[in-house]
Amino acid sequence: MSSPREHSLTTSHKLEYGYKRSLGPVLSRFFTGIRDRKILGARRADGTVIVPPKEYDPDTSAALDELTPVGPGGVVKSWAWVSEPRRQQPLDRAFAYALIQLDGADTSFLHVVDAKEESAMNTGMRVVAAWSDQATGAITDLSFVPESKNSREDAN
Amino acid sequence: MRDVAVVAFSQSLSKRREADRNEVEILIPVIHELRTNAGITNEDLDFVCSGSSDYLAGQSFAFVSGLDAVGAWPPVCESHVEMDGAWALYEAWVKIQMGYADLALVYGFGKPSMGDLPLTMALQLDPYSVMPLWPDAVSIAALQARLLLDGGLLSERDMAEVAVRDRAHAKENPFAQVKGDFGVDQILADPYLVSPLRKHDCSPISDGASAVLLAAGDRAKQLCKRPAWIRGIEHICEPQDLGVRDLTRSRSVEIAAEKAGLGAGKVDVAELSAPFTHQEILVERALGLGTETRVNPSGGALAGNPIMAVGLSRIGEAARRVWDGSADRAVAHATSGPCLQQNLVCVLEG
Amino acid sequence: MSEEANEPIEVLRLPVELEYQYTAGESASRFLRAIKRGKLLGQRCPVDGRVYFPTRGCCPQHGVPMADDGSVELPDVGTLVTYSIVRIPSENIPLDLPYVTIQVLLDGADTVMMHVLGECALEDVHMGMRLKAKWKPEEEWESSVGNILYFVPQDEPDAPYDSYKEHI
Repeated sequence: MSSPREHSLTTSHKLEYGYKRSLGPVLSRFFTGIRDRKILGARRADGTVIVPPKEYDPDTSAALDELTPVGPGGVVKSWAWVSEPRRQQPLDRAFAYALIQLDGADTSFLHVVDAKEESAMNTGMRVVAAWSDQATGAITDLSFVPESKNSREDAN
Repeated sequence: MRDVAVVAFSQSLSKRREADRNEVEILIPVIHELRTNAGITNEDLDFVCSGSSDYLAGQSFAFVSGLDAVGAWPPVCESHVEMDGAWALYEAWVKIQMGYADLALVYGFGKPSMGDLPLTMALQLDPYSVMPLWPDAVSIAALQARLLLDGGLLSERDMAEVAVRDRAHAKENPFAQVKGDFGVDQILADPYLVSPLRKHDCSPISDGASAVLLAAGDRAKQLCKRPAWIRGIEHICEPQDLGVRDLTRSRSVEIAAEKAGLGAGKVDVAELSAPFTHQEILVERALGLGTETRVNPSGGALAGNPIMAVGLSRIGEAARRVWDGSADRAVAHATSGPCLQQNLVCVLEG
Repeated sequence: MSEEANEPIEVLRLPVELEYQYTAGESASRFLRAIKRGKLLGQRCPVDGRVYFPTRGCCPQHGVPMADDGSVELPDVGTLVTYSIVRIPSENIPLDLPYVTIQVLLDGADTVMMHVLGECALEDVHMGMRLKAKWKPEEEWESSVGNILYFVPQDEPDAPYDSYKEHI
């Protein structure tokens, strides 16, 4: 049966997992908050606040159930500029993934900054949450935008 | 504790795309070569353990077909981890310590070229609040790199020097994918891939497989002239949420190294599995390596990153230096998860 | 705002979609190319001579590579080794209920293949039946076991139990 070597057959293949995830008491409040355009963090025994909230303290394993509003503004602690977003990613134009320390929080929140240009990004800059018109209670209901003087005054 | 050694190692080429072979077909010659070189048959094996990822294969229970390459009749004592093969090796080591096995075959394999690897890696992240944003693996690593750069903890030049070193070492490694002589200034002139990372800061995407044989006591001495004895092995994990971690150091590597007893003596060779240049620097620092240690003589993960096998290959590469006498004491490192979330440190001695 | 909009959110739909360019591999490609021409290709283990169907890269019993030259062409006739009558619909199977899934041991093969039975009343299905493949029209053949629509009973005596009991 020896014949000239032929290449392997290939085919495109799409795998879909229709995950429906139960949120539990803490994340249920967090995502209900997102739908209502509020960001909640969890207060730890030492008074610090982690965002997104966790059911348990990552250091002490103590159960966490006190949720407190944070943001909507915050400071960019680090960022990565995505010049060519993939189809699945939240924006169809260049944007930044960023670690954002929201006002009132002590940890960074990984999210998206819609900054148009890489030159508009810098570590330490202030950003503010911008909500989509139809918030459904998903993390993609919001993105962050550079905080303008005006939005700062509005917030105050 | 029982004396357990790495006594044989086999690996495939790291290739950007295995156009013709499927995952199992990449693995078959690797397992075959390992058994042939060690002069053993399946009947000699007490335990078989593998590491792979069904998400990479795009098929649920894909790892089961990997067992074809071993042969499973009469039935074998077998286990699998959805992790790098280095963690499969850890399980086999525990099995041998427990007295349930004297000789174990460990393998890892992956064919990431079938999908979009950086995107698939987003599935490691928190499925509620992070993964739906689809942060790809390069972007996640870039966030860590910028924290280090902004903090003055390293420079882009330091990172480029790591790439240059590993690629130069890889010239001696016939299995490596990215190798050659590069200049630091030359590669720093390249554009950013995802700023602040350039292409040379990222490990290549590699299809590949590797396998290792672990043996206890006298069995190890029968199979290998100078076995690479595992004198310490530990793996430590950090929280999943990037925001609660200190990404500017690797506490988990530090703890694993301490528990594995790395500091007890001089380290001749270190084989590190860091998939990004800044992470290689972090691991090197966390291990406390000095100038007496030759880092990544194989080129490490930056020269070839057959995911799910790359960490196991580091243990094999470190063991090889013990067998041939070029090292009396070596350390191998494997990692898993975003930004060095989980790390394994294995100390080998001649 | 509707009342629902004020309810707490307890479950999130978080679908994941991944795209792949799947590689069949060398051995499966041989099988798939052959079936496109209406040929059924198995492969002989170099250790004990058992014939695996379809082809695969390695003997799963001995873990030895099976080379191209071990390929064996098999006839499209065989024996029904076991079966199940399916009365529950499945999204991915476009067959009318009830239907019969079967395992067929092709003549000359040592492993069974999964398929469906056709042109047979449910009460007549039984182990040992002799079967032949019903193929799609040749112009519709592709690289797929779907080229065989189903297996149909043959007008011949049942195979003796001993001839297939090793393969149940």
